[in-house]
Amino acid sequence: MSATVAPEVILKLDHLTKRFGGLTAVNDVSFEINRGEIFSLIGPNGAGKTTLFNTVTGMYKATSGAITFEGREITGLKPYQIAGRGIGRTFQQIRLFSYMSAVDNVKVGEHHRMHAKLWDSLFKLPRARREEREVHARAMELLKFVGIEEQAHNYARNLPYGHQRRLEIARALAGNPRLLLLDEPAAGANPQEKGELMELVQRVRGQGITILLIEHDMKVVMGISERIFVLDYGEKIAEGKPQEVRTNPRVIEAYLGKSA
Amino acid sequence: MSRRLLATDRPMRWASGWFKSRNRTIYTFLILGALLFPSIADVVTGGEGNHLVSTAADAGVFVLLAIGLNVVVGFAGLLDLGYAAFFAIGAYTYGMFASGQLLGSPLHHEFHVTFWVLLLAAMFVAACFGIILGAPTLRLRGDYLAIVTLGFGEIVPRVVQYLGPGSPIGNWTGGVNGIAAIDPPKLPFFLTGPWVGAPIEFVKNFDFTNQIAYPMDFYLLMLVLIAVCIVLATNLYNSRMGRAWMAVREDEVAAAASGVNTVAVKLLAFAIGASFAGFAGGFYGSKLSLVSADNFQFIVSVSILVMVVLGGMGNIPGVIVGALLIYTTQYFILPNLPYWSESFANAVGLGTLNQSHGDWVGLRDEVQRLNYLVYGLILVTIMVLRPQGLFPSRIREQELEKGTAEDSVFDLRAEDV
Repeated sequence: MSATVAPEVILKLDHLTKRFGGLTAVNDVSFEINRGEIFSLIGPNGAGKTTLFNTVTGMYKATSGAITFEGREITGLKPYQIAGRGIGRTFQQIRLFSYMSAVDNVKVGEHHRMHAKLWDSLFKLPRARREEREVHARAMELLKFVGIEEQAHNYARNLPYGHQRRLEIARALAGNPRLLLLDEPAAGANPQEKGELMELVQRVRGQGITILLIEHDMKVVMGISERIFVLDYGEKIAEGKPQEVRTNPRVIEAYLGKSA
Repeated sequence: MSRRLLATDRPMRWASGWFKSRNRTIYTFLILGALLFPSIADVVTGGEGNHLVSTAADAGVFVLLAIGLNVVVGFAGLLDLGYAAFFAIGAYTYGMFASGQLLGSPLHHEFHVTFWVLLLAAMFVAACFGIILGAPTLRLRGDYLAIVTLGFGEIVPRVVQYLGPGSPIGNWTGGVNGIAAIDPPKLPFFLTGPWVGAPIEFVKNFDFTNQIAYPMDFYLLMLVLIAVCIVLATNLYNSRMGRAWMAVREDEVAAAASGVNTVAVKLLAFAIGASFAGFAGGFYGSKLSLVSADNFQFIVSVSILVMVVLGGMGNIPGVIVGALLIYTTQYFILPNLPYWSESFANAVGLGTLNQSHGDWVGLRDEVQRLNYLVYGLILVTIMVLRPQGLFPSRIREQELEKGTAEDSVFDLRAEDV
């Protein structure tokens, strides 16, 4: 990186819209996330949260609007390029490399940061060996960080559900992201596991990584987030500190229905 | 909690140890077999083993091909049905630049490039064609890729036949006659030994036209090339790139989100697979001293794919065993089966079967007719008994055991396990 001071705003969405044919899944959404905060995205099912994630990470092409990451526009980049820029993500439906060991899963996350050229790998040159050792050590460290180092040599598919969630986070962290997008990391977890996962999210933030979180459980979201953005039918209905959002009548309406 | 974790941990460790040692056992047998084969062939045939050794060197070409296709199909999970096309490109590259062929072409000059240089060139040319074919098609998903490669496999032999005498752009490939009188290798140095009645030592300027040494020298050269290819393919498998291939095979979306340029990674798998085929093709041309489009038909692509699938997709020693087995069946057992059955009938006193009566054309010719039926039966039997291949990679083994493979292009038994 050059000598420019990192801007306060790490991710900026500018009038982002995503349409699928006649359906507008994300409609004119704008927000800014500051470096180092936990920013949560909530909303009822089908509100467009995951679509927004997929658009930010380049899986979908934005219909209009712009996405800026660390002052540079990333709209229209390919997913691997966006990952390379420093945005990691996890998936709502766990997407691990099932028949690779946990530690290999994490190493794939480091792929784009590695320098071994084809030549180095073919002939196992000292450079490649050294890098492999470093990558292995770091992958093990990350597994330890998320608390599943004893699973390192098991297939991802054989891990218990909670561990798979953690492994996904470790894989995303392996890319050295500065922004981590977590799509319902605690989905399907029991309250105790939920607590543990949120503690992990806090620790990730403690490493200086900004977090954009999708989460259904209001109690969890309120406890952990600095700011919350509420989507409904693809549109913003509220944004602000947990307290403000909790008392916002439109949010209550969206979540509990009009009559409530 | 921790006790439970240990319990799940231990069997895997054990399995991985067993897996490694199993591969080591296969390699040990393969090396021993390769070193002893010439002597065994001599003993079995009573001093006339040369023909068998020559056949074994040809089988080695298919071992190389299987190792290469395994990179594409086994590692990266891309189904390539036109692999013989790259084999042809390698063989023709070698043939054109190591014979008098191009004298009759618009270049009016014949080339005799040295073996190693030309082998690398054949590799490179095949890899380039791999990239040319892969760049537009690897954006497609598995099944479409299979169809495109199938088409490519059909096109290449036809183009090669077309570019013979009388084509509008001159005679480059010799057309249906192919290219003959290709130079045998001349190496800067090579090994001699008791098989040519010399001490074991390195000699300079070794010329393969030396008929005394033939075909032992080809056999040895083949072993060296195979060893090199095994090492390179294994290194790739355990590298950054190998992991990326597997990641793409397992889940392309997740691989992309993890920062893997999936198109580039697949393209590389394709190009490397093609370069292995080009390499094998170069050697094949120099060994046979004749290349013809007939040697690269669809059946060759299928045979190589069968070697990989039957041997155990993704596992290098597995596909080597598969290659040897299929080659032996296809080029040794099946062609000889009619003669064997004829002499067998004579030996057990059923000689009458060998005469033709009406519709019955004699046992030998009847067996000849049924050759491919026998072949098919052998393949079906093996695949029913071991759907994951003879020596599968750990991955495939589990996949088929649990029967939950998502991309079931290859996992034929996935539904009914």
